[in-house]
Amino acid sequence: MAQPSGKSAGKSFFGRFGVHLAVLFFVLLWTLPTIGILVTSLRDKDQIVGSGWWTSFASSTQTSATRLAPPSAQVEKDGKFVIEGNLFETPGTSAVSAFGTRSAQPTEFKAGDVADLKDGVTLQVNEDGSYVYSSPVAFDGNNGRRVYFAATVPPKFTHENYRTVLFSEGIGRSFLNSLTVTIPATIIPIMIAAFAAYALAWMRFPGRALLIAVIIGLLVVPLQMALIPLLELYNGVGNLFGVPSKTYLGIWLAHTGFGLPFAIYLLRSYMAGLPRELMESARIDGASDFEIFVKIVLPLSFPVLASFAIFQFLWVWNDLLVAMVFLGSGNDQLVLTGRLNALLGSRGGDWEILTTSAFITIIVPLIVFFSLQRYFVRGLLAGSVKGG
Amino acid sequence: MASQVLSAIIVIVVGVGGCLAYFWGANKLVDLVFPSRGVSGAAAVDNLRRQGLIRPWLFIGPAILILCVYLIYPVISTLIYSFYDKGGDNFVGLSNYAWLASDQEFHNSLLNNLMWLIVVPAACTFLGLVIAVLTDKIWWGTIAKSLIFLPLAISFVGASVIWKFVYEYRGDGQEQIGLLNAIVQAFGGQPQVWISLPFWNNFFLMVILIWIQTGFAMVILSSALRGIPEETIEAAVIDGANPFQIFWKIMIPQIWGTILVVWTTITILVLKVFDIVLTMTNGQWSSQVLANLMFNWMFRGGGDFGRGATIAIVIMIGVLPIMIWNIRQANKEGGR
Repeated sequence: MAQPSGKSAGKSFFGRFGVHLAVLFFVLLWTLPTIGILVTSLRDKDQIVGSGWWTSFASSTQTSATRLAPPSAQVEKDGKFVIEGNLFETPGTSAVSAFGTRSAQPTEFKAGDVADLKDGVTLQVNEDGSYVYSSPVAFDGNNGRRVYFAATVPPKFTHENYRTVLFSEGIGRSFLNSLTVTIPATIIPIMIAAFAAYALAWMRFPGRALLIAVIIGLLVVPLQMALIPLLELYNGVGNLFGVPSKTYLGIWLAHTGFGLPFAIYLLRSYMAGLPRELMESARIDGASDFEIFVKIVLPLSFPVLASFAIFQFLWVWNDLLVAMVFLGSGNDQLVLTGRLNALLGSRGGDWEILTTSAFITIIVPLIVFFSLQRYFVRGLLAGSVKGG
Repeated sequence: MASQVLSAIIVIVVGVGGCLAYFWGANKLVDLVFPSRGVSGAAAVDNLRRQGLIRPWLFIGPAILILCVYLIYPVISTLIYSFYDKGGDNFVGLSNYAWLASDQEFHNSLLNNLMWLIVVPAACTFLGLVIAVLTDKIWWGTIAKSLIFLPLAISFVGASVIWKFVYEYRGDGQEQIGLLNAIVQAFGGQPQVWISLPFWNNFFLMVILIWIQTGFAMVILSSALRGIPEETIEAAVIDGANPFQIFWKIMIPQIWGTILVVWTTITILVLKVFDIVLTMTNGQWSSQVLANLMFNWMFRGGGDFGRGATIAIVIMIGVLPIMIWNIRQANKEGGR
C-alpha cells in the first residue's frame, strides 16, 4: 500500500489514536507525582492522612473518634437518663454515615439507627451528628463516652501549611540562604569562564590545545574527589586567618570551580563558531583583544551566556552535596535542599510539612525553567557532553 | 534577615566588581607598560608582540588558578589520601584498598552501582527515544515534551520527597495515601513497603533518577531525529519498509552518535548520584551506592578520610574511560 509521505508512514486511525494515548500515558506518569505533592500541600492536615490526594476534589469519608458530653450533662426524661448533643463542633459541614463504640468496629451501626449497648443503654447518632444517649440508670464518672464515627467531609483546601512551613519550620530563612548561595555562584563563574573561553577560542598562545584537552577531561571529574582535600584546605585557611572554615565565600568559590569546566567548554565552542571576519576587521581597525571581547564577542554570546546561567543557577540551587560539606548546618546557613533533607529525617510522616516544603524548594527552579526553557534547551543541545 | 540580604548584595557587588576590576585593570596595565600607540613603529610592533604573549594568560589566568585549586589539586590529593590512615597522618600503603576489597558493604554498593549503571542510562535513553518519536507526530507534542522535561529542573532531594510520597505505605486494610500502593490495592494486590524491600528497592530508587533524566535524553534525541534527512525515510517507504524497519534500520543508525553521547552523559551522572539514596534510604536495606558510602565514611560515623578517599578513587576509575573518550572525541574535532 502506498503511503502519502515519510512522516506519516503507517498511520491508520487506530495507530494515530494509539500515539495520542501513549503520549498521554507518559505525560501522566511524569506529571502525577508532582501534582500529588502540590495538591497535598494545599490540603487540610487531617484529610491528608485520611485519604489519597487524588480523592481530594470529591467529598471524602473519614473515620474519627470523639467523646459524648460528660455525665454532668444528663437529664432525666420519662424515667430514663439521657445525654444529648452533637458530635461536630460546627454542625452542618459534614455528614455522619456510620458510628460505633468500639475501636475494632468503628462503623458498626448506620447513622440514624438506635444501637443497643446492653443493659438497656442505647445510643442513636443521626446523619447531622446529633445524638441521643440514654440509660435506665444514671450515668456516672467524669468523662463522656468515647464513640467512633465515619463522616463524609467536603473537600477542604487551605494555605495553612504554607504559613506553618515558611514561618515556623525555617524554610523561609533557608530560602534566603539558598538565594545568597546561588546568585554569586552563578555570576562569578560566567565572568571568569567568558574571558577564558575567548582566550581559548581566539587568542594564540603555546599550550592552548593541551589546556583545552585538560578542561574537557575535567568535565567528568566526580565532585566527590574534591571534597576531602578542599575541606582540609578550607580548615587550614580558616585556622591560619582565624576565620570560620564554612563560609558563603567558600561555597561560592567551590561552585565556581566545579562549574567552570562546563562553562568554559560551552562558551568556547560557541565563541569559536563566531565569524572570523568580524574579529579580523576589528583588529585591523586597531581594536585590542579586550575591546573585541567586550564590544563584539560578549554581546553576540548572549544566548549561550544565558543558557549557562540557567544551568548553573539550577545546579547550585538544587545542590545538596556541596552545601552539606562546605556550609554549616546551622539555621543561618542551611540551604533549602539541606533543610528538606533534615525535615525528611525529623518530620518523616508529616506529609503536610514535607509536601509543602518540597513544593517551596522546587517552585523557583520551575519558574526559571518555564520562563527560560528556550535557553535551557539550547544549552543542553550545545553542551550535552557534560554530565550534570 | 534584612542584614543578610544587605550583606549578600554587598558581596555580590564587591565580588563581581572585583572580577571586572581585575580584567579591566590588568588589561590597562599591559597597555601602559607596553604601549602600542604613540610610540615609534618598531617599538609598537615589539610591544604588540609582547602584549600578545601576556594577554592570553591574563584572560585565562583566573580560570586556570581556580581549576587547579578546585579540581586538579584535589584529584592528586585524594589519590595521596587514599594511602593514608583515618586522620591522614600515617602512610598505610594499600591497606585501605585491601579493606575495601573485603568490605561487605562495599561489595553491595559496587553491585548496586553496576545495576544503576546498566538500568538508568538504558531506561532513560530508551524512554527518551520512544517519547521523542511519539511526540514528534502529534500536535500537542511540544506541550507533552515540556511536561516530561520538567523534572530536570527539580532537585534530587525534592524529587525524593515527591517519590517518597508516591511510595508511601499504610498498614493493610487502611486507606492508602501513596499512589503506588493505592493502585496495587485497587487491583487486589497487597500493599508493600517499597523502599525497604531488599534488592527491589534499588529499582524503586532508580525510577526517581529515570524520571528526572528522561527529559534530558528526550530533548537531545529529539533534535537529532529532526536532523535526519527526510529523503532517507522517504526512500525507505518507497522500498516498502514498515515503521519498525524505518525506525531500527534508517533512523537509529543515523543518530547513533547522539545516543552514545546521551548514554555516557547519564552514566557519569549515575556514578556521582548520591542525594537520592541519602534522602530515601541512606543506604539501608542494602540499597547503598558508592557515592553515599563515601559520604558515610567521610562525615558520618566513619570519619575516616583515608577510606573515603579510596572510595572516591574507585568512582574516579569508573569515570576514567569516559574522560579519555571525551578528550579523544574533542581532539578529533581539531580543538576548534
